[in-house]
Amino acid sequence: MSTRLSKGGRLIDRTKPLSFTFNGRRMKGYAGDTLASALLGEGQTMVGRSFKYHRPRGVMASGAEEPNALVGLGQGGRFEPNQRTTTTELFEGAETVSQNHWPSLEFDIGAINNKVARFLPAGFYYKTFMFPRFAWKHLFEPIVRQSAGLGKVPTHRDEDRYEYAYGFADLVIVGGGIAGIAAALAAGRAGKRVWLIEQTAHWGGRAVVDGVQIDGQDADAWVKTAVEALAAMENVTLRTRTMAAGLYDHGYLLAYERVADHTPGDRRPRHRLWRLRAGHVVTATGAIERPLSFAGNDIPGVMLASAVRDYVVNWGVSPGDRTVVVTNNDDAYRTALALLDAGLVVPAVIDARPEAKGELPEAVRSRGVRVLVGHGIAKVKGGKEVTGVSVCIQAGEGAEIESLACDAVAMSGGWSPVVHLWSHCGGKLLWDEAQAMFRPDPKRPATGDDGAAMVTAVGAANGILTPHEILADAHQAVGGAGTAPGAVAATEVPMQPVWIMPQGAGPALRMKMWLDPQNDVKVSDVQLAAREGYESVEHTKRYTTLGMATDQGKVSNINGLAVLSGALNRAIPATGTTTFRPPYTPISMGAIAGEARGEIFQPLRRTPMHEWHETHGAHWEPVGQWRRAYTYLRTGEGVHDAVNREIRAVRNSVGLLDASTLGKLIVKGPDAGRFLDMLYTNMMSTLPVGKCRYGLMCTENGFLSDDGVVVRLSEDTWLCHTTTGGAERIHGWMEDWLQCEWWDWKVYTANVTEEYAQVAVAGPNARRLLEKLGGIDVSKDAFPFMEWREGTLGGFRARVYRISFSGELSYEVAVPASEGRAFWDALLKAGEEFGVTPYGTEAMHIMRAEKGFIMIGDETDGTVIPQDLNLQWAISKKKADYLGKRAQERSHMVDPDRWKLVGLETLDGSVIPDGAYAVAEGVNANGQRNMQGRVTSTYFSPTLGKGIAMGLVKHGPNRMGEVLDFPVDGGRVVKARIVDPVFFDKDGEKQNV
Amino acid sequence: MSKAVSALGGVSHKGFAEVAEAGLRGMITVRGDLGSAAMKKAVKAAAGTAVPAQRRIEVAGERAAAWMSPDELLVLVPYGEAQATVAALEAALSGTHHLVADVSDARAVFTIRGARADEVLRKLCPVDLDALAEGEIRRTRAAQVASAFWKSGPDEFTLVSFRSVAAYVMGLLEVSARPGSELFPA
Amino acid sequence: MLTLECPCCDVKAEETELAAGGEAHLKRYGPGSTDEEFESYLFVRKNPRGVHFERWRHAYGCGKWFLAARCTATLEVFGTYPAQSKEPPADLQAKIKAKRPDWEGWK
Repeated sequence: MSTRLSKGGRLIDRTKPLSFTFNGRRMKGYAGDTLASALLGEGQTMVGRSFKYHRPRGVMASGAEEPNALVGLGQGGRFEPNQRTTTTELFEGAETVSQNHWPSLEFDIGAINNKVARFLPAGFYYKTFMFPRFAWKHLFEPIVRQSAGLGKVPTHRDEDRYEYAYGFADLVIVGGGIAGIAAALAAGRAGKRVWLIEQTAHWGGRAVVDGVQIDGQDADAWVKTAVEALAAMENVTLRTRTMAAGLYDHGYLLAYERVADHTPGDRRPRHRLWRLRAGHVVTATGAIERPLSFAGNDIPGVMLASAVRDYVVNWGVSPGDRTVVVTNNDDAYRTALALLDAGLVVPAVIDARPEAKGELPEAVRSRGVRVLVGHGIAKVKGGKEVTGVSVCIQAGEGAEIESLACDAVAMSGGWSPVVHLWSHCGGKLLWDEAQAMFRPDPKRPATGDDGAAMVTAVGAANGILTPHEILADAHQAVGGAGTAPGAVAATEVPMQPVWIMPQGAGPALRMKMWLDPQNDVKVSDVQLAAREGYESVEHTKRYTTLGMATDQGKVSNINGLAVLSGALNRAIPATGTTTFRPPYTPISMGAIAGEARGEIFQPLRRTPMHEWHETHGAHWEPVGQWRRAYTYLRTGEGVHDAVNREIRAVRNSVGLLDASTLGKLIVKGPDAGRFLDMLYTNMMSTLPVGKCRYGLMCTENGFLSDDGVVVRLSEDTWLCHTTTGGAERIHGWMEDWLQCEWWDWKVYTANVTEEYAQVAVAGPNARRLLEKLGGIDVSKDAFPFMEWREGTLGGFRARVYRISFSGELSYEVAVPASEGRAFWDALLKAGEEFGVTPYGTEAMHIMRAEKGFIMIGDETDGTVIPQDLNLQWAISKKKADYLGKRAQERSHMVDPDRWKLVGLETLDGSVIPDGAYAVAEGVNANGQRNMQGRVTSTYFSPTLGKGIAMGLVKHGPNRMGEVLDFPVDGGRVVKARIVDPVFFDKDGEKQNV
Repeated sequence: MSKAVSALGGVSHKGFAEVAEAGLRGMITVRGDLGSAAMKKAVKAAAGTAVPAQRRIEVAGERAAAWMSPDELLVLVPYGEAQATVAALEAALSGTHHLVADVSDARAVFTIRGARADEVLRKLCPVDLDALAEGEIRRTRAAQVASAFWKSGPDEFTLVSFRSVAAYVMGLLEVSARPGSELFPA
Repeated sequence: MLTLECPCCDVKAEETELAAGGEAHLKRYGPGSTDEEFESYLFVRKNPRGVHFERWRHAYGCGKWFLAARCTATLEVFGTYPAQSKEPPADLQAKIKAKRPDWEGWK
């Protein structure tokens, strides 16, 4: 059983005890602990259960590679599942719960899966649950849902806040071990703008644990001095608790800073996502130790050898009283020495190599420890904790030669460089046969915008595992001046790859050799996949789920593909690796969202009258990023009633619509008329000054894209109104043509949409209302339809357009946006005697449909040309060219069978559902009913007291009076007669008064 | 009370930097040949400054001229003088191909003050602030909306956005300036 | 995420300030053109693996369109130049040719 040692622990402060809970049990740790070290210090060897078989699981590693020791952390709005205990700093009052078990960690029903494990092999999910079909929904899925998932989903709104920040550097160095520090020193002294980021809270990496000497000092002391020197450099930025999550094109590096994970509730942002742009990136990300594949290597107490010495040296924690070390390399002997130094027992070092005569093995032998060369572990004994190991000959099939009692196993299968960042943006790897590792191929790096290498890997991340050479590599890689720091460490003799222990292990043992302990993938699963024909490592990964868990296979991938290569009888580099994808370790959804939540989730565009709408019952409708009032609800009123009330008010007296959102674009210059003639289907150059004209714009594909009223302001100036959603798009469209096609034309544009508050004053009393305000002659003769006037209206600087989208006598008044609210208030006050009624977008929509006016987005959907909508009157025949003209000449566009706009009137007065299709005789090639038309707009018209609709119908205009069938939900058919789309005031008598 | 009001009525928040809506400002878009003599004269008369060079803002007291693009300037004047300035610019540029548009009411103006004012912008804008030159105006985005800013004092930035998103921008500034979220705490 | 230097304001802008506009140097065909010509203008794109000429707009910056020469495989940027160009500048073409000897030219 693990325990806290009475002394030692370079990272913990024993004068600062911290209390926390695990599954409700109170426990104690110290400042400087991780959750993992604190749990181990309290003897909590088993910390969770596995995903599939619910096997007991303990801490395996001491860093980001940890596959097992995940917990749910926190409460309520700060609860988060799957927190990696090895990278979570302990804080006072931390509440943790173990995962993947029911009802309890010690006794778990789901562990039955373990008993039937041989019926749950790789691809189990694909092979089972297929038949009978109904069973999936009623039997399999409910059971799978009950037991599936990793951790519990939070149920509360996240209480924390998150943010982005942008940073720029010549050089971003990732990893604060001695390689990163040496590189930062060299680059910093050269005056480069440097960022050095480290994912843990501490500098120094492995060297400080392994007793390396640098420039005559302990690594600890050297690191301290070096970091102080870096902190004093103005051109160097240092960040701990900051993990480089991903490297993307052109030196874009996402770094995840855990600002306040260790101080929750202190009002700082919890996480910050740095969006760094690096001239060059140095990865000094170190290496990760590989487990060995022997039976029972997942039992709590079996740990990576490096992790064992981390716990002893960094946190003063013993993983067990008696720890067997098993290895294929010299480095693991350091663990034996660290354990011995801490006064613990090492029953034996089991070394799979035929001999071990290096400096480190000899040092261990000299301390009286047995070294069993050529041996391996046949299996680990124990269930919820290790009780011993069965020793065998590595070359054999696993017959027990000797049984060793122990309560922990420290294993080392060699080291894998952390090549994730190197690989994210296309850096390639090569297979290093001697060290049995994939390491960066310096000839094939990821390249940047200049075509040159964007990344350099240094130190262990570059496949260099000895401190002196690591420092030299890092120093040289950044072009360091002078000599690199020098290091002294024990020399090591080569490791020897061991992928299965013992090498002749039979099926029973292979079924208990874990490759990926988080996703429960074993040696036997990968071998089965190979037998079933999976040759690609990417396919095998997905079939077996190897490396697909939250640790992304940091400890399992190389072993897995080595086993696959063995099963396929080919070399490891021929199998290759799976793709390394960001993020390196999981990052919070909050960090990805940044500041974008709540009120500032997205920009919300408000008109100058927004506040009035809000306080007067506005039922909002989003239109692009704008909020427009759909209708204004009075107390106790439903939406439908409110809309009808507003329409009646407009038709009978006067209404106000906030039309500020309409796009307003100024087009000016000697060639402006010519330009607008190209942009619009109709002729705009001939529009007289003082007048307005409705215009249509098409894409080069011929399809309708926008419409609006164009105003001739002066000889060389036009004002183009666009739809609410179209302002920015159409302005961009204009600039595109002016800058990229007709750049010799003398035209300037300006988007003045937001300069004006605009109000449509519509209804029989509109004129009387404006006359009350006074200042501009709005009489019938002085101010005819489709003209505009400028002046002072009720004391407001105003431009008034006499245009109508409702069919009523109507004026649209534009005033400066800053005065918009005051103008709106003035209209309401002056209109009191007429019962002036603000109306929303739905009333506007219905009134325009009553008049047969089209709406971009209703009658158009990106496949409709103006000719479909009988808008030939707005298409100039005189013009040689306009955008979309050529496209409209294509055979399909002039096909007489195209569906065309008509009005639709239900026989029973009901409202046809939106989008309903009219059926025709017969069926198509797919056996579906033939169609002959569809509804584009459909409303209840309070003016006419019945349902009205517009639609596109084959040969529609030639079929007036015909009745069509519209099948709707529930097998019902609505019958509607084809009519003129102008339902109301066909002669325009109401607007021309 | 004037009937002309800014989008947020001058609201402000005090965090590690003070962020405030600065109220109405006269702003005029001027498009034309920035190298012409007429433009030189027009800008001198309207803003009291030279025609700004690429990405520069030239300030003369309450007036300024800012470079927006190779054929566009933004002239800043007190709000009450915008209309007169438009007229003056129109007159000075008459006979040349140009466009003058009053955009005073289409904008919202904010100030960010304090020794750490830059950190607020570093959270919102993909801009290398260390490389921002004295007297440079930078058009960019602040989170999800277009904006432009310049250093308007030793510890002060002025940021301009569209009026309709003023509340969004103020939300961004307030959140980004909250105490405890300093990017480079001492 | 790309960075491109806008030749109109000389800002090295990241992609979030920019809007992409597809292939550059297309010839517009209007009324009177054949179906084949019109198809080539509207629909036929080179989409090469390698050297590509593109339209970009500095949408959140100076608002100007510009053109960029870029390798679609490595994302190397050879250069940016004004939108008012009938063809890529000669020095840019020479630079690309030096870096990509197999390049068959921009047409």
